[in-house]
Amino acid sequence: MKVSTDRRLRLAGGIAASMGLAGFLAGGFLVLVLATGAGLPLGESLSDRYIRGVVLFTLEQAALSTLLSVLSAVPLAIALHRARFPGRRAILRLFLLPQALPVLVGALAIVAVWGRNGVVSDALAMAGLARLDVYGLSGILLAHVFFNLPLAARLMVAALDEVPAESWKLAGQLAFSPTTTFRLIEWPAIRQVLPAAASLVFMLCATSFTIVLVLGGGPSATTLEVAIYQSLRYDFDPGRAVVLSLLQIVLTALLVMAANRLGGDAVASFGLGGRTKRYDRTGALLKLADGAVLALGLLFIASPFVAVVIAGLKADLTRLLTEEAVIDAALTSLWVALSAGLVALLLSLPILAAIEALASSERRSGSRLARQSRRALEVTASLVLVVPPVVVGAGWFLGLRQVTSVFAAAPYVVVLTNAAMAVPFVVRILGPALATGHRRSEKLADSLGLAGLSRFQIVDWPAIRRPMGLAYALAVAISLGDLGAVALFGNREFTTLPYLLLQRMGSYRTEDAAGLALLLGLLCLTLITSSESATKLRHGSGR
Amino acid sequence: MSALRAKSDILSRLAILTTASAIAMTGSAFAQDAPKPVLTVYTYDSFVPDWGPGPKIEAAFEARCGCDLQFQGLEDGVAILNRLKLEGPSTPADVVIGLTTDLVPEAKATGLFAESGVDLSPLALPIAYDDPVFVPFDYSYLAVMVDTEAVKSWPKSLDELVTGDPEQKIAIEDARTSTPGLGLLLWFRAVYGDEAPEKWAEFSDRILTVTPGWSEAYGLFTSGEMPLVLSYTTSAAYHMIEEGTDRYQAAAFAEGQYLQIEVAAMIEGTDQPELARDFLAFILTSEFQAIIPTGNWAYPVIEGVELPAAFDKLIKVDKPLYIDPETVAENRREWTREWLEALGR
Repeated sequence: MKVSTDRRLRLAGGIAASMGLAGFLAGGFLVLVLATGAGLPLGESLSDRYIRGVVLFTLEQAALSTLLSVLSAVPLAIALHRARFPGRRAILRLFLLPQALPVLVGALAIVAVWGRNGVVSDALAMAGLARLDVYGLSGILLAHVFFNLPLAARLMVAALDEVPAESWKLAGQLAFSPTTTFRLIEWPAIRQVLPAAASLVFMLCATSFTIVLVLGGGPSATTLEVAIYQSLRYDFDPGRAVVLSLLQIVLTALLVMAANRLGGDAVASFGLGGRTKRYDRTGALLKLADGAVLALGLLFIASPFVAVVIAGLKADLTRLLTEEAVIDAALTSLWVALSAGLVALLLSLPILAAIEALASSERRSGSRLARQSRRALEVTASLVLVVPPVVVGAGWFLGLRQVTSVFAAAPYVVVLTNAAMAVPFVVRILGPALATGHRRSEKLADSLGLAGLSRFQIVDWPAIRRPMGLAYALAVAISLGDLGAVALFGNREFTTLPYLLLQRMGSYRTEDAAGLALLLGLLCLTLITSSESATKLRHGSGR
Repeated sequence: MSALRAKSDILSRLAILTTASAIAMTGSAFAQDAPKPVLTVYTYDSFVPDWGPGPKIEAAFEARCGCDLQFQGLEDGVAILNRLKLEGPSTPADVVIGLTTDLVPEAKATGLFAESGVDLSPLALPIAYDDPVFVPFDYSYLAVMVDTEAVKSWPKSLDELVTGDPEQKIAIEDARTSTPGLGLLLWFRAVYGDEAPEKWAEFSDRILTVTPGWSEAYGLFTSGEMPLVLSYTTSAAYHMIEEGTDRYQAAAFAEGQYLQIEVAAMIEGTDQPELARDFLAFILTSEFQAIIPTGNWAYPVIEGVELPAAFDKLIKVDKPLYIDPETVAENRREWTREWLEALGR
């Protein structure tokens, strides 16, 4: 096979995969509109005063949440990168956990810490001060920062890890002050991932639903996602649901593209929290400051988890663990999550390969078309996050029942939906590693005429092997915590842990639910840890 | 090498899990050896689990019908109706159980339901009821639940709830997304009529938060976040019977409590019309109704069902409040809009 054929094949594979992804999502919309014969009340929806208010609020809270998450992630990431202490890897692992926490569990855990009757309020009351009232915009921001600050920090730590060893050496030799190190080394690295981190967090916050309603304090806090849910469920108006979904997608796409224009890669990395050696000497004061930032950051991120653990331990765990329904749900969750992780990797790899093929022709010929196509692929892979699963799910439900039993198909649809949701994250983890690998060995590989399988083995595989474990773990975590897809398709024979948890909460069994949340967290942590140790093994072998 | 091994290990485990679950699925499909007629019943999630009324009803009905009764749990009553709208006349459902009467006009408009043919004379509902299609299977009253360990006094009327100390907080459910949420909106309407929006505005200071569903509000309440929550009078029975505590009690309101009736109906195009009709008739038997109080935490709809002692301790409702479903259907959008505006949008 020739090198050019190889490039064309990669391009074709990537386009096929992203078309598959887009088709899966758009197909749901299309079927829903066609099968229900719904009109698309575009003008009516856009001129609706209620919707305009909702759009404004959605953007406002998402922008503020993003700002806060990303800004507070900067000092935390720098302190995490500079400080050496045991347990650093464990902390980076913990940072993935919020993604696996069903949102309702997270919201209740946050209330246990920050609520009127929470730990902080109790402490304030003991000191004779007023209790906190977080309900409203502040509660929404608090919860969004809890869910997204760790994500942003992890992206930034990864960016700092990408700084070449020579820079740190030089900084050490020239005895840079901490401010100079920040200005010349740390900030430029972080700035590169800022747009990507910000757009990722923005998308996650813009589509927030449960948090916004529970902690928003009232219907003045309503996001588009809520309005979409409302129009599909309570008003059963599929046309309006589709129009509002499109509005959400278009608005977010515009903002993400604008963020990308501000510079940096559309794709940032999560990295592995690797082993960059730093030579800067940290004074006592700086060490103290780092310690304070780390302590505060960790306290903020870990405290809701402590609440989950404490509540969970009060449950009758032995009974839960021997209950048939729980074991069934745990097994279902496990295989759905493991399969969704695998499918997410299989979908992401061709897209990444195509992105790299386009980047390579950009490098060789500076082709504008190549750049635009690359951007289009990257944006497609991101926008999955803002496509409302209720709408896609309803569409697929309708489509599938023409051809097969929906209940038989349910597991596959859930796996596919979860896999699609994980693609933006997987792409962000594997993308930069693949890009670095390609920049390093592309010319050599071209001149040797490497193509096909041998090119994959020699150029691509070594580059992505290491981050693969992390990508897989995060995809699995996302699928483990998912409720959207399962809520539509779940049934008696197909019940996952979060679904069971919600079912228990819905019939007064809050203790059981707390126990299940703990089990879910442990399951997730186990999967993340085993993926990471697999990564470690990978690192030792090979070369 | 170890890398490859780790990878293939994951893959083989995945393969085992997938196969195992595939076997488990086909296993359950083949478990019923004799080809009994299947009656598919759509209901809501909390009906189906081991502790819910579903399994007992299934066993009792199967003992007399020689059929296989299969419950299919969906999120809630609204989700059941939406599922039917999505599926249309070819729905696999034969019967649905779990709609509230508020949904009846909308359900009738789909043209998917058939007359039940059930003799409704045993019905002992707090209001007169004679719908030929929808058969009531239980009812309950909305109530503000009180955490009596957190507060010593609480509102004794809707008026006191509205005008009382705004620092004594309550969690309510969203009228746009949940049944009790819509119920409170109707409760205000039933008591205040056109003044409802002003009353909501006055009440809004006392609302700590408005949750999408019952679970979130009740979860916050039992975790001690606020002393009051919108739920049902029968919630107190759950805590007394299952947890043996008197801590959570319903507040009796002078104006009366809002009534919520849950109904079942058969699908017009069902391939099991006989079985479906039998099931609807079975609903009004004491065998079915005896399962309701501690299975679904609601009141039975016929006389002569023995209630657990804890039910005697529940608040007595002299004035059931109820807006007829046609009026609700006509005004729901407008009232919801007013509700939104009153609460600050």
